[in-house]
Amino acid sequence: MNDPAFTTTGLTKTYGEGEAAVHALRGVDLEIPPSEVVVLLGPSGSGKSTLLNILGGLDRASTGQAFYKGQDITAMTDRQLTRYRRAHVGFVFQFYNLMPSLTARENVELVTEIAEDPMAADEALHLVGLNERIDHFPAQLSGGEQQRVAIARAVAKQPQVLFCDEPTGALDSTTGRKVLKVLTEVNAKLGTTVLIVTHAAATADLAHRVIHFADGRIRDVITNKTRKTAEEIHW
Amino acid sequence: MSPLTHKLLRDLWRMKGQAVAIGLVIAMGVMLQVMMSGLVTTLESTRDAYYDRYRLTDVFAPVARAPAHLDDTLGRIDGVARVQDRVVGAALVDIPGRAAPVQAQAVSLPENGIAALNATYLSAGRMPDPARPDEILLVEGFAKAHGLAPGDTLVATLNGTRRTLQITGLAQSPEFLYIAAPGEMVPDDSRFGVIWMGRAAMAALFDMGGAFNEALFALTRDARKGAVLAEIDRILDPYGGRGAYGVEEQYSNQFVSEEIDGLRSTANTVPPLFLSVAAFLLYIVIGRMVQSEREEIGLLKAFGYTNAEVGAHYLKLVLVIATGGAILGCLLGIAGGRGMVQLYLQYFKFPFLLFRLDPASFAIGVIASILAASGGGLLVLRRVFALTPADAMHPPAPADYSRSGRIGQGLSKLLDQPSRMVLRRITRQPVRMAGAMIGIACGMALSGSMLSTFIAFEDTLDTTFTVVDRSDLTISFAGPVHRAALHEIGTRDGVWQVEPVRFVPAILRNGRHSHRGSIQGQPTDADLSRAIDSDKQAIQMREDGLILSTTLAAKLDISAGDRVTVEVRDGRRPTLEMPVVAIADSFFGTPAFIELEALNRALKEPGRVTGAYLRIDPGKRDEITQWLKGLPMVAGVTIKAEAESAFRKVMNQGAGSSRYVMGLLAFVITYGIVYNAARIAHAERARDLASLRVLGFTKGEAAFVLLGELAVITLVALPIGTLLGHGLSQLIMAAYSTDIYTITLGFEPSAYGNAALVVLSAALVSGLLVKRDLDRADLIGALKTRE
Repeated sequence: MNDPAFTTTGLTKTYGEGEAAVHALRGVDLEIPPSEVVVLLGPSGSGKSTLLNILGGLDRASTGQAFYKGQDITAMTDRQLTRYRRAHVGFVFQFYNLMPSLTARENVELVTEIAEDPMAADEALHLVGLNERIDHFPAQLSGGEQQRVAIARAVAKQPQVLFCDEPTGALDSTTGRKVLKVLTEVNAKLGTTVLIVTHAAATADLAHRVIHFADGRIRDVITNKTRKTAEEIHW
Repeated sequence: MSPLTHKLLRDLWRMKGQAVAIGLVIAMGVMLQVMMSGLVTTLESTRDAYYDRYRLTDVFAPVARAPAHLDDTLGRIDGVARVQDRVVGAALVDIPGRAAPVQAQAVSLPENGIAALNATYLSAGRMPDPARPDEILLVEGFAKAHGLAPGDTLVATLNGTRRTLQITGLAQSPEFLYIAAPGEMVPDDSRFGVIWMGRAAMAALFDMGGAFNEALFALTRDARKGAVLAEIDRILDPYGGRGAYGVEEQYSNQFVSEEIDGLRSTANTVPPLFLSVAAFLLYIVIGRMVQSEREEIGLLKAFGYTNAEVGAHYLKLVLVIATGGAILGCLLGIAGGRGMVQLYLQYFKFPFLLFRLDPASFAIGVIASILAASGGGLLVLRRVFALTPADAMHPPAPADYSRSGRIGQGLSKLLDQPSRMVLRRITRQPVRMAGAMIGIACGMALSGSMLSTFIAFEDTLDTTFTVVDRSDLTISFAGPVHRAALHEIGTRDGVWQVEPVRFVPAILRNGRHSHRGSIQGQPTDADLSRAIDSDKQAIQMREDGLILSTTLAAKLDISAGDRVTVEVRDGRRPTLEMPVVAIADSFFGTPAFIELEALNRALKEPGRVTGAYLRIDPGKRDEITQWLKGLPMVAGVTIKAEAESAFRKVMNQGAGSSRYVMGLLAFVITYGIVYNAARIAHAERARDLASLRVLGFTKGEAAFVLLGELAVITLVALPIGTLLGHGLSQLIMAAYSTDIYTITLGFEPSAYGNAALVVLSAALVSGLLVKRDLDRADLIGALKTRE
């Protein structure tokens, strides 16, 4: 096996202090190999999004360590985290988080502009199956289209890792399947490690690896012997 | 173009209403700064150039009658570069169709035609021929006011001799930059003229053959003025020297300098106030604007944009608005400044004008605005940058309203749910609400203080012309006459009341402070012209000492109970030590009062008067002035109604007119602030309000939650704005006041009532605009797009 993409040891995250403290992560030890599709499952508040945010360099751990290819993310300065996100990481959010004032293409260009070795914005949009309507503003696109723009934006920089927080959460199942298909294709074609946080248990079937979260801890990790395609899953 | 530039342009377009409002607030602050400083610089540099080019004299030395050969002696005084003597005298001009005689000053032209000092600028026609005694130059303003031109004739009485004079040309002179009749404060081109006449003709008329009655001096650069003045006085004393004085005490120059100084102090006080209010608002508005972009900032950071890149992006947004506003302000300021200069030209008789703009004022205006705007934005950015991108991308945690729970419970029986939402938000986010509230209060303060200023000007004029001066006519005599002469006037049909007055030219000194002016002797219970205290109650004239006006007391740094030295410049010219017995409120000039007979006793000239105040039958005004004009002892007649209207004209078109511009700017700023407050409140609450609508609240009910908040903030801002405004108006009034006039100001409820109406109307208009957007809101969109 290759060196793991991510390793964490004793990772905790606490929001607030004293009585009001919320323990989002209570000690997570984990290894994620590269180029896999990994699904993080669990109920609300189980800590999966928090883990994703810490691994993505969007949030900081309270204690413990997290490594990306041997680099300690938890020890990085703000500047180093920015470099890390800029160079290695792509994000897809539940509510797309497109800039409403930019067109589909410009939203992608927002990222290609600062990436080191990006693909062309149009190419990224083709990759997610968006050939038309690329000069439309988010408000003029359907939810599925918006999410595909968001994925195109995330993959355009050719990141080593793609973090997806509830990427289908706001979509109907047909549209959701299209989005998942795009994500698995990106993994297959580009070898990108894809981490998907979701409520939808059925999504687990297309992952190489499924991590179940409960109450801020990993309950279990399952490796799928066989994976389903996005068309085959239902929820 | 980079996508961030696209975003910038589209964001600007999206918030265009708000951007325009913010830009306008900046523009108004900068405009005032540029306009006022440009006005000061222009007037100042034009004055200096005019004085320099036409050689305004450094020292004036009036004398009763000195022999011409004294010139040599005077020229040898250490520090004197050049001497020129001349003959001056009073004249009365007949203007056909006018009942009152028009006063004028006659000035001799040098015999060789070349004025070494106080040169004339010939604006039309030609110089008089020295060989023809009836040829004159006429001052341009007077000629225009009466439709006179070169080639016309003029009938004038000079030293008792009636002459028909030929106008050969129109002229201006730096010593008559500002022309007002003696005893009056404001110029009126139609009521006071200047005539220049050949030296020989003047000498013949005023009995000055081989003599002069005024010497003019140019001093060397290193001259010690005090010593020179003393030496001139010593030499001229045997010939009835009236006291040499420097150009700084010359009437026209003094008035112009005071006016420019006053203007400068206004320019140094009021625009910075406006600018700082505008800057403060900008700071708040931009801060809240950036705050509302928090999630997008988080997103940009999630992609790997650095703080510097994100900061630069928002800074550009701020800079476009701020510099746009500042540039607009500069342009408006230049236009406004030019307009104001034109107004001033009606009163300051410049033959040319040098437009100057003060580059520092541009810089200050622009930099202050940009710093304030960037400061507001950067402070918020720093706070957002301190968050992790994960936090920033989420909307801020719901504000904790638990601490305000009790308020809601206590009032729940009285208030419905939306009202409680309004109340809780206000009590729970006091800092944010205070920011909005202070902003509106500042707008209210600006408007209220400017409106107070309008009232104060009006009040001051009213007090002056109805409480202080209750006469209809003022007459002045050619010199001191016995008061028995007033009997003839008092018994004339239509004259209801005559009150004597004696003006005695004098220099008042207290230590190193001095003032050249006059002492005014009046009867104990003077009724037509009075000294009043701060409650507008008449102060009785005293025999035992002087009553000084507040401005004079301040100038001499003296208070009631102190003693002042009075060097009388008339008659036997005694130097008197007098106590100051009271201080009187004064609005115009720097009067010093004393009981008439006490003054006469001190001068050993019993029963003398130099003029009188008259109350007359208004129906017989023309008839009486016509008759007075015929009296040989009468040098001038001033009709109060004319003086008052001249004064109002100056206040409304000249010196005081900038207050209207400032008033307008205050309204624009007020509107800009209130509109922004409403816009931002809307931006902050859009999602909540959409939720309410989804829950089944009507448009009206949802709007109530937002507009109710705006209404409460606005209402709370009104009394605070009133307090701020009162403080502000005191500063503004002090800035407007000069040695020549003092504007006093009490608390003016109606000003703040009207300012409140401005604020409320702005709130109403802004509320309606915001409500229109609220009604159009896409409910699903508002709820779906973000968590």
